[in-house]
Amino acid sequence: MWNWFHRLGSPRTFFEISGRLLPWFQAGSVLLLVVGAVWGLAFAPPDYQQGNSARIMYVHVPSSILAQSSYMMMAVAGAVHLIWRIKLADVALQCAAPIGASLTFLALVTGSIWGRPTWGTWWEWDARMTSTLVLLFLFLGIIALRSAMEGREGAGRATAVLAVVGVVNLPIIKYSVDWWNSLHQTSSFSFTEKPAMPAEMWLPLLVMVIAYYLFFFTAWMMRMRAEILVRERRTEWVKQLVSA
Amino acid sequence: MSFSSFSDFVHMGGQGPFVWSAYGLTVVVLVYNLVWPVVLARRHAERVRRQHPTEAR
Repeated sequence: MWNWFHRLGSPRTFFEISGRLLPWFQAGSVLLLVVGAVWGLAFAPPDYQQGNSARIMYVHVPSSILAQSSYMMMAVAGAVHLIWRIKLADVALQCAAPIGASLTFLALVTGSIWGRPTWGTWWEWDARMTSTLVLLFLFLGIIALRSAMEGREGAGRATAVLAVVGVVNLPIIKYSVDWWNSLHQTSSFSFTEKPAMPAEMWLPLLVMVIAYYLFFFTAWMMRMRAEILVRERRTEWVKQLVSA
Repeated sequence: MSFSSFSDFVHMGGQGPFVWSAYGLTVVVLVYNLVWPVVLARRHAERVRRQHPTEAR
């Protein structure tokens, strides 16, 4: 078990395994993104109150889910790095941050664009939006902290601590719509109840959420592979790989 | 199909600008996340090649 754990933690093993998985993830995510977007844009019914602006849901909801989910995965990588000192976990943390930041940005801006025709405002300093903005600052803070610190060891540990501490923001985002009066609606989905929308709407949404997860793993693997080339540049296998 | 014509589809019942800008921005962000790692990987590989020129075989 430990042997397996450490072998998987080796950058070289990761590089080999991810190289084999990557084409499938790339093809799968692009395919599902296209299917989900066409379904949501052209075939799903308009909302009976909002009309066609509700189609923004198919890009807004998955980016919001992945913004939070990618933070959680990044924080787990940080914890693994702090506890077991696995270098690959540090690579994972570093590479998840810019992707997470871009998805959080996307969630905020698509939400703003959706808010204008629906609520009549681009922005409101309410709990859901403010806590999501804090999430963006956490991602940016992690990127800034990494680039501000000299020495990979110390920078890795410092960003890992920040990532783990920042997890406290996730339940705040999740329950913000229940704890405070918010313009933002409460969740339409849970594991225990039927979705509060017809299947013609939640099916394309489900496709988009799966597509975004695949997409995140694709982008994450690609960034990690690029980072490994730098960190392992003195090893024989990388020298051989790039000269091939 | 929820639209009767292509211009209906583009117009989105008057909400076209909102819907299309949200989707357009999504495409930009997603494409950036796929293209940038490729650029990084090329740049990093080039750096390794420059620092460790392969010996003539």
